[in-house]
Amino acid sequence: MNAPAPAVKKLRVATTSLAGCFGCHMSFLDIDERIIPLLDLIEFDRSPLTDIKHCGPCDLGIIEGGLCNAENVHVLREFRKNCKFLVAMGACAINGGLPAQRNHLDLRDVLEEVYQTDVGLSHGGIPNDPELPLPLNEVHPIHEVVKIDYFLPGCPPPADAIWKLLTDLLAGRTPTLGHGLMHYD
Amino acid sequence: MNETNTFLLDGEEIPFTPGQTIIQAATAHGVYIPHLCWHPEFKAHGSCKICTVKVNGRFGSSCTMAAQAGMNVENRSTELDDKRRTLLQMYFVEGNHFCPSCEKSGNCSLQATAYELKMVSPHFDMFYPDRPVDASHPDILLDFNRCIMCSLCVTASREVDGKNVFSMGGRGLLGRRIHISSESGKLADTDFALTDRAASICPVGVILPKRKGFAVPIGERKYDKLPINLQVTEETQ
Repeated sequence: MNAPAPAVKKLRVATTSLAGCFGCHMSFLDIDERIIPLLDLIEFDRSPLTDIKHCGPCDLGIIEGGLCNAENVHVLREFRKNCKFLVAMGACAINGGLPAQRNHLDLRDVLEEVYQTDVGLSHGGIPNDPELPLPLNEVHPIHEVVKIDYFLPGCPPPADAIWKLLTDLLAGRTPTLGHGLMHYD
Repeated sequence: MNETNTFLLDGEEIPFTPGQTIIQAATAHGVYIPHLCWHPEFKAHGSCKICTVKVNGRFGSSCTMAAQAGMNVENRSTELDDKRRTLLQMYFVEGNHFCPSCEKSGNCSLQATAYELKMVSPHFDMFYPDRPVDASHPDILLDFNRCIMCSLCVTASREVDGKNVFSMGGRGLLGRRIHISSESGKLADTDFALTDRAASICPVGVILPKRKGFAVPIGERKYDKLPINLQVTEETQ
């Protein structure tokens, strides 16, 4: 008797953008039509692509962006708790990137300039709604808070590098990036 | 050339002339030894330690150690590259190295060496030091956020340009830095010129010519085309 082949269990993947610009997610979508065969192999949990609000148990978590406020830290910890393999994607997740350029400025000075003294805004004062997460004094990369299993550099990482990461992981290999796929800019 | 003047570098026989250092002989033979503060044009400074090799089982800087007949030198072993990567990670967290916004990206020795050594993260906690930018000079920008204290600008300005525009001074992480030799400490108040050797010697993105930042687009630059280990040359850069 021929039993039907057992369905291949799909890799469950969660993604998020913390203090990033969603550019890494856009680069992920640049894998273009390869996303169709990819969806036979993976399924998305929490991600901007699914709009699921909280992360369940996953095989792989991909984090874009660093940590600029308290909510970023909570989300990162939720991912670490639920994901077996956690990847830092892009320059901001890896070293703070563009948002970290404010680190040598005083946070209050920055907020006052943006919301009170600079031209072009409504001069409504620094927002203090209790629903808004509090900014951190400095922006920091995610490996300073939780253990990260792999790093994918680039601003953004090229679609081919993201594809290489996913296909290497799906094949059970440690991801490697050769010349051309590994760049920091 | 004397037939006996050879040594082994990762099992390959490298000829040398007496007086050459290990890295000079390797470079003349087209073999890459990772390095940052060494430049073929100048006497070795020996400070970055990236060019550390193992000579007959003991660590040594290949830029300062003289080549000797029969020595057995280990260069690109996993052990040495792991140590070099750790050193690079320390360089990256100690300064403010943000490649996406740096004009030097793609032409930078620090970045290209990190690619070659497969550094995917800074590993350590970031320092985010507060470092000054000097935009006073009409033709040159100085961004000390990226300085790795290789001192090549100090040497080039002193030995080639005869100007002594730069010097290294101070102690500790925040104290030690490149100083500008003018009363104001500003580059504009020196006789530094775009044609100086020191103006084009910087291996990272500290000394930058103004108004030329993106004349060659990202993606078409020196190390975008070929990795650094395939661009070994004795010619000046």
